Amino acid sequence: MIQALTSPLLRVGLTAMIAFRALRRNKLRSTLTALGIIIGVASVVSIMALGRGTQKRIQDQVSSLGSNLLVIFSKSRRTNAASAGSGQSGNLTLADVEAIRREVRSVKALSPEVTLTAQAVANGRNWSTTIAGESPDYLHIRDWPLARGSMFTERELRTSARVAVIGSRTSRELFGPLHPVGQTVRIKNMPFTIIGQLESKGAGIGGADQDDRIVIPYTTAMRRLTGEKYPRLVTLQISSDDLMSAAQEQITALLRQRHRLTDGRKNDFDIVNQKEIADTVNSITTTLTYLLGGIAGLSLLVGGIGIMNIMLVSVTERTREIGTRIAVGAQPRDILLQFLIESITLSLLSGAIGVALGYGVSAAATMIPNFHPSVSTGSIVVAFGISFAVGVFFGFYPARKAANMNPIAALRFE
Amino acid sequence: MNASVIELDNLQKIYRTGDVEVRAVNGVSLRIERGDFVAIMGSSGSGKSTLMNMLGCLDQPTDGQYLLDGVDVARLGRSELSRLRNLKIGFVFQSFNLLSRTSACENVELPLFYTNPHVPLRDRRQRAIEALKKVGLGERLYNHPNQLSGGQQQRVAIARALVNNPELVLADEPTGNLDTRTSIEVMGLFQALNDAGITVIMVTHELDIAAYCKRIIVMRDGRIIRDEVNAARIFANDQRAVLDASEQHASLS
Ligand SMILES: Nc1ncnc2c1ncn2[C@@H]1O[C@H](COP(=O)(O)OP(=O)(O)O)[C@@H](O)[C@H]1O
Ligand SMILES: [Mg+2]
Repeated sequence: MIQALTSPLLRVGLTAMIAFRALRRNKLRSTLTALGIIIGVASVVSIMALGRGTQKRIQDQVSSLGSNLLVIFSKSRRTNAASAGSGQSGNLTLADVEAIRREVRSVKALSPEVTLTAQAVANGRNWSTTIAGESPDYLHIRDWPLARGSMFTERELRTSARVAVIGSRTSRELFGPLHPVGQTVRIKNMPFTIIGQLESKGAGIGGADQDDRIVIPYTTAMRRLTGEKYPRLVTLQISSDDLMSAAQEQITALLRQRHRLTDGRKNDFDIVNQKEIADTVNSITTTLTYLLGGIAGLSLLVGGIGIMNIMLVSVTERTREIGTRIAVGAQPRDILLQFLIESITLSLLSGAIGVALGYGVSAAATMIPNFHPSVSTGSIVVAFGISFAVGVFFGFYPARKAANMNPIAALRFE
Repeated sequence: MNASVIELDNLQKIYRTGDVEVRAVNGVSLRIERGDFVAIMGSSGSGKSTLMNMLGCLDQPTDGQYLLDGVDVARLGRSELSRLRNLKIGFVFQSFNLLSRTSACENVELPLFYTNPHVPLRDRRQRAIEALKKVGLGERLYNHPNQLSGGQQQRVAIARALVNNPELVLADEPTGNLDTRTSIEVMGLFQALNDAGITVIMVTHELDIAAYCKRIIVMRDGRIIRDEVNAARIFANDQRAVLDASEQHASLS
């Protein structure tokens, strides 16, 4: 009974040994054949790893924006300056912002934003940077800690105070290793007192350096620097994740009403949901990753054809051996198994080398700053699964050809 | 178990290639008893190999009946025939058919590898070594075929044929590729096997090889034209002595 059970298993093991030896005998040939699968598996594994790394990086960037964010953009084509004085529809006004703050309960904090590019002069140096007019809540919303000093207050906002919080890069450019807090920086010839310095945040979405900026009260930016009356956009933080869409709808309704948009007219503003950005970016990178992985997978097919080719050669070369084995009592399935195991061994070994190589590529890519590709267990399982399937699929025909040989003809084969 | 080992009744093998029909074996009826030692002779193309292939269950007859040990072989499927060959029949070929780059020992183990129920590695090794000792190759267990002479290779093949204690050993021109002295040695081995009770059937076209057998069958055009007991049987030991003497004579003169 036990014999009956163990015997087939033992045979598979023994047959595998025969197959292994046959492969070792033709080292060069086996290696060349394996190359197709090796390259295919290595590309699939490393592309998946790089894809994951990219996705992780983008997710990090999206979440570095802060959490539960909505951004309202004005759609008005007219420049703010040109339409100064007119409170008409098409512009996002500070009154709109106030209305949102008053009426939408789930809005935890918000910050209207005005930006400009200007020369900052300090410490005898000159540096062109982004000046961002924001509200005091801005740093909370962006989850952006201060390295030293403090953020400006509501009072300073109301009085359009000439105070500034400086980004780490800008500080380095202007002050080198010196502490900037307490220093004066001149923007458009106007002196600002630096009251705080931001922690470094790195590149944002799109790769712009978030650390190269000076944050000032938006009132100061509008009144003293640009003369604009309307913010370009408003960043809002919603109190919880599940209130995001409700808040979005509420704000939309409120703004439509305030801008007197009748039914059928399009919104004259855009509301972007942080989660939507993340989801969109995610799905794009995922699609791209699978697409590239699939293309790399095609080389597995080519590798499989290589295996089939070499197995057919091997079967022909060993015709007499096959005849002899059949004559001394090998069953057709023994022969089938022998050659099938040979092709599966070849493809699995190639798969293993391919996985190792893919690991190597992924490890090398971690040297890129802020990039953390990682090989997933899933992709390894898939790589081995595909290697196995390739071995079975492309090994089956040659193996069956061997198993169905006529022993008499095989024994006489020259 | 007093049935004949082999019973053939009007056995036929017809090959058709296009419109041409070749009656390779054309109505052979024959009984071979246990312990017999038969030589099948005949000119080239007379159907000897075709007959042997059918006796060895490597080929199925077109018509007629073949009983091996009382079993009608025509009723068996491919894998049952494999099993039958494995357990009951040993083959020796003219061109040895050893696996290259495989030691003598492993070559001899080959049939045991396919025996069901499974023969454990240790037993396989041990039986292979015994068989190789029987054919006088106890010192060459781990040599590969390309490290052995033709005679030695054929002896490995004979060891392979007898490792699974077959009832029947079939040899198609086993001395065809060997010189006189090694032919004598190989025939000596067959005679020893036969003395141990194994039925041996061999094809040869040389009369002096057939002379070692107990019974000589002659074929022509797929039929048996003569079948008689070998009255002038010779023995390998004597022949070896004769050869030694004549070689000595040759080197003296
Ligand atoms: N596979 C085959 N197809 C067609 N004809 C064959 C085949 N095998 C053998 N023959 C023919 O059958 C006849 C007997 O061949 P064979 O048994 O090999 O003769 P022998 O072994 O006596 O020399 C020959 O005429 C040969 O050409
Ligand atoms: Mg022949």
